[in-house]
Amino acid sequence: MKVNVIVTLKEGVLDPQGKAIQQTLNGMSFSEVKEVRQGKYFDIEVNIEDEKKAKAKVEEMCKKLLANLVIEDYKIL
Amino acid sequence: METNEQIAIEHGLKKEEYSKICDLLKRNPNLTELGIFSAMWNEHCSYKSSKIHLKKLNSKGKKVIQGPGENAGVIDIEDDDAIVFKIESHNHPSFIEPYQGAATGVGGIMRDVFTMGARPIANLNSIHFGSPQHPKTKNLLRGVVKGIGGYGNCMGIPTVGGQTSFDESYNGNILVNAMTLGLVNKNKIFYSKAAGINKPVIYVGSKTGRDGIHGASMASAIFDDKIEEKKPTVQVGDPFTEKLLLEACLELMEGKSIISIQDMGAAGLTSSSIEMASKGNLGIKLNLNKVPCREEKMTPYEIMLSESQERMLIVLENGKENEAKKIFDKWNLDFAVIGKTTDSKKIELFFNNNKVAEIPINILAENAPVYDRKWKKTKLPQRIKFNKNDFKKLKISDVLKKILHLPNIASKEWIWQQYDHTVMGDTIQKPGSDSGVVRVHGTNKAVATSVDSSAIYCYSHPLTGGKQIVCENWRNLISCGSKPIAITNCLNFGNPEKEKNMGEFVECVEGINEASKYLDYPIVSGNVSFYNETKDKGIKPTPAIGGIGLLKDYKKMITMDLKNNKNLLLVIGKTEGHLDQSVFAINILNEKKGPPPEINLFNEKNNGETLLKLIGEGLINSAHDVSLGGIITAVSKMAIKGKKGFKLNNLKVLINKFHYYYGEDQGRYVIEIAPNNLTKVQKILKSNSVHYDDIGIVTENEILIDKEPVLNINDLIKFNKSWLEDYMDK
Amino acid sequence: MKSSVIIFPGSNCDRDMEVALKKFGFKNQMVWHNDSGIPKSDLIVLPGGFSYGDYLRCGSIAAKSKIIKSVIDFANSGGLVLGICNGFQILTETGLLPGILQQNKYQKFICKNVYVKVNDTGNKYFKNIKKKILELHIAHNEGNYFCSENELKSLNNNNQIAVTYCNENGMESSEFNPNGALCNIAGIFSKNKNILGMMPHPERVIDKSLSSNDGNFFFQNLVENFK
Repeated sequence: MKVNVIVTLKEGVLDPQGKAIQQTLNGMSFSEVKEVRQGKYFDIEVNIEDEKKAKAKVEEMCKKLLANLVIEDYKIL
Repeated sequence: METNEQIAIEHGLKKEEYSKICDLLKRNPNLTELGIFSAMWNEHCSYKSSKIHLKKLNSKGKKVIQGPGENAGVIDIEDDDAIVFKIESHNHPSFIEPYQGAATGVGGIMRDVFTMGARPIANLNSIHFGSPQHPKTKNLLRGVVKGIGGYGNCMGIPTVGGQTSFDESYNGNILVNAMTLGLVNKNKIFYSKAAGINKPVIYVGSKTGRDGIHGASMASAIFDDKIEEKKPTVQVGDPFTEKLLLEACLELMEGKSIISIQDMGAAGLTSSSIEMASKGNLGIKLNLNKVPCREEKMTPYEIMLSESQERMLIVLENGKENEAKKIFDKWNLDFAVIGKTTDSKKIELFFNNNKVAEIPINILAENAPVYDRKWKKTKLPQRIKFNKNDFKKLKISDVLKKILHLPNIASKEWIWQQYDHTVMGDTIQKPGSDSGVVRVHGTNKAVATSVDSSAIYCYSHPLTGGKQIVCENWRNLISCGSKPIAITNCLNFGNPEKEKNMGEFVECVEGINEASKYLDYPIVSGNVSFYNETKDKGIKPTPAIGGIGLLKDYKKMITMDLKNNKNLLLVIGKTEGHLDQSVFAINILNEKKGPPPEINLFNEKNNGETLLKLIGEGLINSAHDVSLGGIITAVSKMAIKGKKGFKLNNLKVLINKFHYYYGEDQGRYVIEIAPNNLTKVQKILKSNSVHYDDIGIVTENEILIDKEPVLNINDLIKFNKSWLEDYMDK
Repeated sequence: MKSSVIIFPGSNCDRDMEVALKKFGFKNQMVWHNDSGIPKSDLIVLPGGFSYGDYLRCGSIAAKSKIIKSVIDFANSGGLVLGICNGFQILTETGLLPGILQQNKYQKFICKNVYVKVNDTGNKYFKNIKKKILELHIAHNEGNYFCSENELKSLNNNNQIAVTYCNENGMESSEFNPNGALCNIAGIFSKNKNILGMMPHPERVIDKSLSSNDGNFFFQNLVENFK
C-alpha cells in the first residue's frame, strides 16, 4: 500500500526558504500572505497490506531518515 | 523568578560559581540574570580553563595589527592591505545536525571577519570524523560537506583548502573547524570596543527566534546517552540573509557612522552587548521590546540567550540612524534601535516597562571564574626497535599502493569538488595542494593559506605534536613560495577537568608557542573547544593551526605537480628514518607506540628559508613538503598531481629503505629542478648548510622504485582517488 | 560597447563578470534589481550566484523581480542577453529560454573545469570564434538541463543548442557530462539567438594564472562581434 508523509520544519525553527517565498508573494501583490512554511512530501509504496503496520513502519523511517527530529516534524497522512 | 542552586546547576554552573554570583550581586539573580551568567561564564565564552595558558602565547610581531581579543586577528600584508582571519570550532552542533551545524559554523566565522570591515576572500576547514566503519561516519561526513558547501557557495566565497581525517577517537565527537580570511584596508578596520555615552545601540540582520538557546553552554557540555532530549533547537543558517548582511555592513562601513560593531555569535545578544560595553568601560541599556522577534511571546530570557544567526549589534554615532536604516532597508534586513550606551558600567534590560535585569559589567567579564586546573605531563615514549625481519616480507611498491589508498592519505577530491573554490576569480591554487592561494584582487600580491593538525603525534607526545603542527603549517606555506606571516589556532580537546586531557592541552599549547616564537610566526586569533567527550571517551588532542603567507609576486608561485621529464628530484633536509608513529608503522606494521618525530627548530627554519631563496631565484619547478607517509608518499602525490611518473635511484644511504622512504622526519621537502640548474641549487644549499639527497628523476608515466616497476601513473591516480569516492557513493 | 550586469540579492558572480567585461573593453554598469529600468546597453548579463537564496527553485524568485520586465522587453526587441549559471536558470524561469535546470544527476554541487564544444557560429556570441572546444569552469548544484521532446526537437531544428559538454578532443559522452544534462547540453540560445544561457562560467577562466584562460576566446570574440 501507499503511505504519504509530509516533513516540515518544527514550529519556531527558522525557515529561510519559506520566508523568501512569503516576501516574494507579498511583492507580487499577494499582500494577504502572512507566513509561508514549506516542507517535503513523500509518496512511499510499501509491500505491507495492513494499514496500521505499514504506517508503523513508515513512522520508523521518518524517525530514522526522513526527518531530523532536532529541527523537523513529520506527519503521516 | 527567583533562582536557586539547583537551577544554576541545570544551567551548567557549578555550586561555587552560583554562590560567587550571589556574593558579587549581593542577592540572588533572577532567571534572566542567571541565564546571562551561565552564558558568560561557561567555558566557551569565558575561557575559564584555558585563559592562564593562552595568555602566554606569542602574539606579537612586526606584521601584527590586531592580536587575540577581537573578533579576529589582523595582519599587515603591505601597501594599505591587511588580512583579517580566524578559525573557530562548531563541533557539538555538527554532531547533532551535521548540515546546519557545519553551515552555521561557516556563517559564524565569516561574520567574525566582516564585522571588522573585511570582505571575506577565502574559506578553509579542518574536519575530523570517526572510523570509516562507524555507522554514523558516512552521514556525518556527507552532511558536514554539504553544509560547508551550502553556506560558503551561496555566500560566493571560495573554499580554497582544508583537511579531513578519520580516527575512531572522533566516533562520538566529530570536529568541524571553519576558517575565514578577509581583506581590509588597514586604515578602515572596525573594532568591537564601544565609546561614548548615549550612543544608539542598533540591532540589524535576521529576526530573533528561539534557536539554539544555550548553544554556548551546549558547546561546553559532555555528551551522554540522552543527547537528543537534552538538545535545544539547533540554529538554522540562512546564507542568503548573511550575504545581504555582508553587503549591507560593508556599505555602511564606507561611511563614518559606526563606532563599534560586533556579531551575535555564541550567547547572542548577551555576549555581544556585554563585550562591547566591557571593552569600552561603559554601561549599556537595552529595551528588549524593540528586538525584532520571529516568534510570539518571547521572554527576556529567550531574547537574551537566543543564538539565531545572521545578526549584528552596532553602536552608531548620534544622528546617523536614518542614514544607516536606509542601507538596511535597501538590503531588506531588520533594523532597530534597541538601546543606548550609558556611564553606569552596568547592563540594564527593560521589558514591558520593567527593569528585568541589572548586572555590573565587570562582574560578568573580568570577574568571570578562572581556573588553574590540575594537569599531568606526558612522558616521551620510548623509541621502538623495529625488527628488520618484519620488512623482509614487504615490497616498497605494495606498501605504497596500500598507503595511497588509506582514508587519511587518499585524495579528498570528492569533498572539495563540492565547494566552490573559484568564485571571485582570484584562486590560483585550489584545494588538494600544499596551500590554497588567492590573489589580492587587482594587485600582484597573493596570500597562501593552509590548515593543519596532527592528532596522532599530539596524542603520543603533546609537546612535540604542538611544535610539529606549527612547523608543518609553515612548510605548507613555504612550499608554494610564500613567506609565512601569522597563524590562528583552534584548540580541540577533551575534558579539562581530567588531568590527562588538561595536560594534553597545556603541553600542546606550550609546543605551539615554542615553535611560533622560534619561527617568528605569531598567533593572532583562536578558539578553544573543550569537552569533546562522549560517555567518558575523549578525542585525541587535535589543535588545528591555520596559517597565512604572503607572495609579493603571485607569478612566482610554486605548485606541487611534477612538470617536466628528466627533471631532478631532490629531498631537502636530513632523513634519519623515524618510523615511530608513522603511517607506515601504524598501518602496515600495526605498531602504535613510540614517540613522534623530533622537531629541530633550527633546521626547520633554515631549510624553509633556504627553499624560499631557491624559489626566489626561480630555480624550483615544483615543491612539496614531506609529511605523512614520508618521501615516497610525497613524491607520489606530486606525480599524481602532475600526471607524471618518476624513477627513484638506488639508495646511497646506510639506513634501511623502508626507514628511508616511509620515515616521517620533519623539516623536509621534495623539490623538482631542471638538470641545468643543479649546480646553482647545490651551491645555495651548501652555503646555507642544508642537507639534501638526490633521489631520482621525473618520467613520462612510468614509476620505477629500486628498479622494481610499480605501476603506471594512471593506476596510481585512480588508486588514490577511488577510496573516498567508493566509500561515499558505492 | 555598453554592458549592464544585473545584481539580484544573492548574486555573487557580478563582480567577476564585470572584471571580465571591462578587461575586454566593455563599458559596464551595475544595475540593482529594484531599479525600474536598465540604462542603454548593447548587452545585458544575468550573472551567477544564488539569487534570493535560490529558494523555491533556482532562479524562480528572480524571475519575478521588478527589473526582469525590462530584461524581457530588451530581449524581445532583439537585445543581447547573456545568462551564466544562475543567470541561465533565471532565463528558463522567465520563459525566455525553454526547459529547466534540475539538480545534478549525482546530487552534489560540482566545481571543476569542463570542456564544451561550440555547436553554432551563426550568432553574435560565437561568430568567428578562434577556438571551438573551450575549457571553461562549472560551479553549480542545478545544471542538469531538461526539456520536453518537442522543445528539444525545436532546439535541434533551429540550431539552438549553443554549447555541449565534451572532452578535450570534442568527443561527447556521458563520461564527460558532469551533471546528467539532456543531450550533454551546457548552453542554449533563444530562437533568434540573441539570448544565450549557459552553465559554464567563462568569466572565471580569463587569465593563465587561473585554471584555464579559454574564457578569453569567448569575451574577445564577443567584443569583436560588436565592432
